[in-house]
Amino acid sequence: MPLTHADVAAVWLTLELASLTTVVLLLLGTPIAWWLARTDSRWKQPIGAIVALPLVLPPTVIGFYLLVSMGPHGVIGQLTQSLGLGTLTFTFTGLVIGSVFYSLPFVVQPLQNAFEAIGRGPLEAAATLRAGPWDAFFTVVLPLAKPGFVTASVLGFAHTVGEFGVVLMIGGNIPGKTQVASVQIYNHVETMEYAQAHWLAGGMLLFSFIVLLALYSGRSNKRIWQ
Amino acid sequence: MRPGIFHTLCTLVAALAFTSNVLAEQVQVAVAANFTAPLQAIAAEFEQDTGHRVLASFGATGQLYAQIQHGAPFEVFLSADASTPAKLDSDGLGISGSRFTYAIGSLVLWSANPSYLDGSSAALMANQYRHLAMANPKAAPYGLAAREVLETLGLSAAVKGKLVEGQSISQTHQFIATGNAELGFVALSQVFKDGQLTGGSAWMVPAELHTPIKQDGLLLKKGEHNPAAAAFIEYLKGAKAAAIIKSYGYQL
Repeated sequence: MPLTHADVAAVWLTLELASLTTVVLLLLGTPIAWWLARTDSRWKQPIGAIVALPLVLPPTVIGFYLLVSMGPHGVIGQLTQSLGLGTLTFTFTGLVIGSVFYSLPFVVQPLQNAFEAIGRGPLEAAATLRAGPWDAFFTVVLPLAKPGFVTASVLGFAHTVGEFGVVLMIGGNIPGKTQVASVQIYNHVETMEYAQAHWLAGGMLLFSFIVLLALYSGRSNKRIWQ
Repeated sequence: MRPGIFHTLCTLVAALAFTSNVLAEQVQVAVAANFTAPLQAIAAEFEQDTGHRVLASFGATGQLYAQIQHGAPFEVFLSADASTPAKLDSDGLGISGSRFTYAIGSLVLWSANPSYLDGSSAALMANQYRHLAMANPKAAPYGLAAREVLETLGLSAAVKGKLVEGQSISQTHQFIATGNAELGFVALSQVFKDGQLTGGSAWMVPAELHTPIKQDGLLLKKGEHNPAAAAFIEYLKGAKAAAIIKSYGYQL
């Protein structure tokens, strides 16, 4: 196989980035989605719109703002420096933060839909059986929203694997740290190494197809999916 | 339609036809990113003097080469090295005999911080920075020159893990200008105008530390029959362009 050591490292790094991002997104996205699904606040629409922004914004916009704000003179940069962490551009942590922004709607929206579909009925029933709110969440909401969590995880993971523009702008192309598969494909194409580009690009294509196929097959088999 | 309005319309159409002068043509130029600022200045003069229009696309030399290979509509190519135009020539995509050197580039180690570099390589050798930026050596000749400098100075191993790469010399400059990398290797033309630095601090890298950055231009097959393409190349070789090119720190 004509994949170089750097290519293999890029693939591993991509999987690592996507896994970690998905975990962070589930922890962060669940309360946001829950709040969005249940609230009548006048902030519901503005917050929902902010969460959905990465769907329509070019990744270069997110990348540009992250580059400036995570830099030594930016808001995030000043904060991380005062915490003794230095700046986060050109680091794996920086990529995780960028990816969390970039893939947020892909996790929040399926979760929100799942929570809205459950409605208030099952929770009220749980309350009459004296289940506390946390108890009700873990024993009633989680099992009912399971398909939503599966969709959110798969989409969050796959969308992060497909990330390019943000990484290009804040990554710095460092092998093993920020050189992910999509950037490595760009490097190969730019330098006319088409054989390696084909291997990586073909792999990405196959991966994406399998993920979506699994997701759609899972949907049609489960009636619980609305 | 009343005759008055009809007459006005005719006059308008005639006026529009005249403003898009029959003699004025457009030339599409692919330009290595380091030459962005001088090219914009030259193009403005050229447009004023000849009435032709310049449509410039800027990118890393390797990236532009790949685009030309795949049928990009460029008519003139201004590379950041000599070997890429030679390759295009032997690929049959250039007009033989049209190759010429339009500038010799200078590499500079630059920091946006006005007190970081003191005109010497001291800060580079001290190795106290978190990130040192350079262009991708595979795609950008200035990146290749930067790598040679690090090798010559025996720093390659020491800076490993601190090196961040821009996809072109423009992105490299942006990493440093935003302060994300404390210092890095860019083209002198990016930080220099009329005999002085436009900001920050720098070390002018001695030319003997790397292979000379001979920047060649080439008339491409697509521009063979475009008089504006030939005119632009002639203009680049002229005294007016030479003065602009030198003002950005290039040798000629």
